[in-house]
Amino acid sequence: MALLQIAEPGESAAPHEHRLAVGIDLGTTNSLVATVRSGMSVVLNDSRGRPLLPSVVSYTANGTVEVGYAAEARQSIDPKNTIVSVKRFMGRGRRDIAHIETLPYDFVDTEGMVKLKTIAGIKSPVEVSAEILKTIRNRAEVSLGGELTGAVITVPAYFDDAQRQATKDAARLAGLNVLRLLNEPTAAAIAYGLDNSSEGIYAVFDLGGGTFDISILRLSKGVFEVMATGGDSALGGDDFDHRIFCWIIEQGKLAPLSLHDARLLQVRAREAKEQLSQHGQAPITVKLGSGEYVDLMLTTEVFTEITRTLVQKTVAPSKKALRDAGLTVAEVRGVVMVGGSTRMPQIQHAVAELFKQEPLNNLDPEKVVALGAAIQANLLAGNRAAGDDWLLLDVIPLSLGLETMGGLVEKVIPRNSTIPIARAQEFTTFKDGQTAMAIHVVQGEREMVADCRSLARFELLGIPPMVAGAARIRVSFQVDADGLLSVTAREQTSGREARIEVKPSYGLGDDEIAGMLKESFSRSGDDAFRRALREAQVEAQRLVEATQSALTADADLLSILERAHIDAALTRLRAMMIGDDRRAIDGAMHALSAATNEFAARRMNQSVQRALAGRNVDQLSL
Amino acid sequence: MMSVTLSEPAARHVANFIAKRGKGFGIRLGVKTSGCSGMAYKLEFADASEPEDHVFESHGVKVLVDPRSLPYLEGTELDYTKEGLNEGFKFNNPNVKDQCGCGESFNT
Repeated sequence: MALLQIAEPGESAAPHEHRLAVGIDLGTTNSLVATVRSGMSVVLNDSRGRPLLPSVVSYTANGTVEVGYAAEARQSIDPKNTIVSVKRFMGRGRRDIAHIETLPYDFVDTEGMVKLKTIAGIKSPVEVSAEILKTIRNRAEVSLGGELTGAVITVPAYFDDAQRQATKDAARLAGLNVLRLLNEPTAAAIAYGLDNSSEGIYAVFDLGGGTFDISILRLSKGVFEVMATGGDSALGGDDFDHRIFCWIIEQGKLAPLSLHDARLLQVRAREAKEQLSQHGQAPITVKLGSGEYVDLMLTTEVFTEITRTLVQKTVAPSKKALRDAGLTVAEVRGVVMVGGSTRMPQIQHAVAELFKQEPLNNLDPEKVVALGAAIQANLLAGNRAAGDDWLLLDVIPLSLGLETMGGLVEKVIPRNSTIPIARAQEFTTFKDGQTAMAIHVVQGEREMVADCRSLARFELLGIPPMVAGAARIRVSFQVDADGLLSVTAREQTSGREARIEVKPSYGLGDDEIAGMLKESFSRSGDDAFRRALREAQVEAQRLVEATQSALTADADLLSILERAHIDAALTRLRAMMIGDDRRAIDGAMHALSAATNEFAARRMNQSVQRALAGRNVDQLSL
Repeated sequence: MMSVTLSEPAARHVANFIAKRGKGFGIRLGVKTSGCSGMAYKLEFADASEPEDHVFESHGVKVLVDPRSLPYLEGTELDYTKEGLNEGFKFNNPNVKDQCGCGESFNT
């Protein structure tokens, strides 16, 4: 029989209408799943009581797929077919992946996202992640006794559209209905109930197995805005283990180790680290295969000393993130700790010292992201009454816009807009008789297309031929609740429409978004200059083309002398507009306009005469 | 009149949930007429008791039942069990004649 959970007063679901929703922390090293039971967010364990699922997938020769601990065990036997840390490849092209040559996998050269050649065939990171999510989904459905209504999946705050889309695709492939993708630091903040607390700035310090992320969030009116992100994609608990491992070898004066002994010592190093989070010292006693004995005592003091530089590596990016956000330590209201490695006392001390306050610690740092995601999932699945409902929103990390003439960016949705959002803007044709328009969607803060990231290109065809500037093309940008973009272009008179879902082929580097933001701040003066120059160049180009088409059409209205005068001004403008002197371009444009004034007046007269020819005055509707 | 009770594990879990929730007078058990077999159980946190409620106490936890539900619940013990990975509350109700396969709704 179905087991019941306690509902909030007046909110009991009708039988068979419990909406089962989960939050999933799809991590680089480990994944977790949580749900809200009787009003409490809890992590769902596997059948052996383990909360974590190692994010490892192993393809075997007989066609089966192992996921989690079983796959992890195969890592040393079959590294080529055992995929670890697949999250680093999500939505990434070959050139985006750091140290690709050191990885044991066979990468397939393809356009867009990398693919891996395994014994079970060519697999994309999306398919590999889907295996992890399938295992998670199965665990959740067994634990909750029914089919899931939906899931909230967390992603790092710096994930761009390509990486988010890849995550969503993986979930779909695993048969999950994605209610929302949620930023990891935001999920952690929700788990602590910060969304219900006072408005202000919060820092989320996330030190995991192999990555370090710091995020600065601002909460205002129930909306979390990611103000800055930073970190180190190659720093985590494993590095601390390695320092202990080296210390053991040094202290024990050990001879070069066999592979087996090395692995044994690595395990002991990790155990010692975990013990030090609870106690002041950890004994390390091992009998090695070589016959040597290790009998050492590692104290917190020594551990702190040998890992001082590692701890320092978390402090610098944290300070930088604060600087990027334009904030001081005094403005931070709370610090949320995420990731098992934040249990280490020296990390606790460093964070307390840096932020001048004790970090929030009372939730398990390994579970906090999943717990927050579950709370959000419960809400989005509609398991709470409407009245006291808050809907948490996220914001767009980088502005979205499109390319206009001359390689300039027209921003349509500014960064930090809350999502979902839709914005439209009207554009027009640049040339007479133009029947197609190329639409190039870009993301970034800079003024020039070349400095932003290209997301997608498409064409609107079948625009009725008109004079330049007469067509009205409405371009709508729509960003859904997951931060994914669709763009529609519609010619207003003919109703011709073209649209694109942005599924970009690759993503930006981890710190590239932060880097791009910084660039845009430090370069804004420079950019404004370049923008003004490009605008002048585009205007000059338009004027040159308009003059030429007029000359072709009505050359007979000009005397030879007048024609020579205009040609000279035209030549001068052509020469100026390839340079970078905006004043010179403006000057040449004025000169050309002045030279063509009389010509323009004659053309106007002529066309009025043509229009009136053979008509009575009363036929004219004036 | 027979009372409505909580098993010791059920009381422990309810007390724990109320503590985590941060508020709560007790727990409300009830039935509503819906579901495939006629009636369905209601299990909710209670922030206050209503004047007409019957209030029982079991292992230190207050159990509230409204007068219309009481005839269907008399003698019921609410238990907390684990079935494999799943865990939750279960009504052991002597009044039930038959119930739907899932046990979420029943007939008396």
